[in-house]
Amino acid sequence: MSYRIALTAITLRELRRFLSQRGRFFAALVRPLVWLVVFAAGFRAALGLSIIPPYQTYITYEVYITPGLCGMILLFAGMQNALSLVYDREMGTMRLLLSSPLPRPFILFAKLFAGTVVAVAQVYAFLAVAVLIGVDIPLAGLVFILPALILSGMMLGSLGLLLSATISRLENFAGVMNFVIFPMFFLSTALYPLWKMAESSPLLRDICAVNPFSHAVELIRFALYGQIAPVALLVVLGCGAVFFALAVFFYDPRRGLQRSKA
Amino acid sequence: MSGLNIADVSFDYGAKRALDGVSLTAEPGRFTALLGPNGAGKSTLFALISGLIATRRGRVLVEGFDIATNPRAALSRLGIVFQAQTLDLDLTVRHNLRYFGALHGMSGKELDHRIDAAMDRLDMRDRLAERAAELNGGHRRRMEIARALLHRPSVLVLDEPTVGLDVASRMAITRHVHDLAADEGLAVFWATHLVDEIADGDHLVLLHKGRVLAAGQAGALRGQVPLNDWFLGQTRVPA
Repeated sequence: MSYRIALTAITLRELRRFLSQRGRFFAALVRPLVWLVVFAAGFRAALGLSIIPPYQTYITYEVYITPGLCGMILLFAGMQNALSLVYDREMGTMRLLLSSPLPRPFILFAKLFAGTVVAVAQVYAFLAVAVLIGVDIPLAGLVFILPALILSGMMLGSLGLLLSATISRLENFAGVMNFVIFPMFFLSTALYPLWKMAESSPLLRDICAVNPFSHAVELIRFALYGQIAPVALLVVLGCGAVFFALAVFFYDPRRGLQRSKA
Repeated sequence: MSGLNIADVSFDYGAKRALDGVSLTAEPGRFTALLGPNGAGKSTLFALISGLIATRRGRVLVEGFDIATNPRAALSRLGIVFQAQTLDLDLTVRHNLRYFGALHGMSGKELDHRIDAAMDRLDMRDRLAERAAELNGGHRRRMEIARALLHRPSVLVLDEPTVGLDVASRMAITRHVHDLAADEGLAVFWATHLVDEIADGDHLVLLHKGRVLAAGQAGALRGQVPLNDWFLGQTRVPA
């Protein structure tokens, strides 16, 4: 009971804060839309896509990268959220949480969950604009992707927490962009399908195939068409559980404390 | 065992010893001041008391509950006011208080009653709907103190709570917390480097370079000299 009260409160707080910061909302929306409108328009001509599951007909490039851009929103939000848990930006609120009579694994889980809920809200805002500008996505799929988005968001948030809790060089967002977000995003199935990657390099294809972010994107892609991608689901669940357990083990509030003192 | 008991606590940051065999007690109904210059180890001690970092040597007991072995029981009896401000400035005063209450398992009408009562006591009930950002520094601090008492703890610890406040707010808050100890029977543990926040009747613990240099009633410790002179004399670095 007290866990449910606390989880609800932590999530509501995150949503209220997000909604009160309009600038953050628009920034989060603009990035994937630029990709969708500008990048996809340019690539549409250069890249021919054959029919691969879950698609049953020829699709435009915009349709292909929409799940990947959903994943990108979750990836950015997850990393940003995780970083703020470890470093001083949210140190005050983390102190308040950590000194409450709640177990630390629950606190970290609740913070990741709250961050994921905010990220999922951003995904839906993005999808709403995508539908409005005429990207052909099945409307029923908007319901089916919800569990896929939450699972993927939790997995990426846990990864972010694990990385920022263990790698001392990842102290700022620029570092995370260069060494985590960009490689994960570009070496995945978000922008090109695996067979297209294989045409240029089998090695790149193999990297994409093991990248957990690829599996998050595929989970979302299949869910959008009402299908479950079993391998992707297992990978996302398994990686999520392992990343979270390790993150809890390595999380040490002193990192933020010492840094804020220095 | 009641109040706050710290027994033989030591703590190192790498090779640097921050606390060295610190023992002290904050009893119910008493204002216990932890006085020490900057870098004495006050903040480290607070991080240990609030369970933020784990004790390696020694014990921290809140109402007899060890923070290391029974953190939930200890933390639910402890009210904490941190040095750094921990309000969500974008959110309203009420949302800030509700959030804290929920972390301590409170919700619904009971929580709202407590919030109203706490803000009545501070004459701030009409400000519940305002954003925390609209409160001045003194009011924010008072609100944080009220928040720390929402779950009715028996021990209240404050880490240099008057930092950055003007003289009037500083005096008002110091008086308010003295009253809390006298009237409500709280064990108050107040860290400061400012001697004018300490009354002669208070219990005083002098912390310097991670060690307790002196402990006792402030008036008895200082004798005939002003507390400030006594403090400087005790912590003077030999030239």
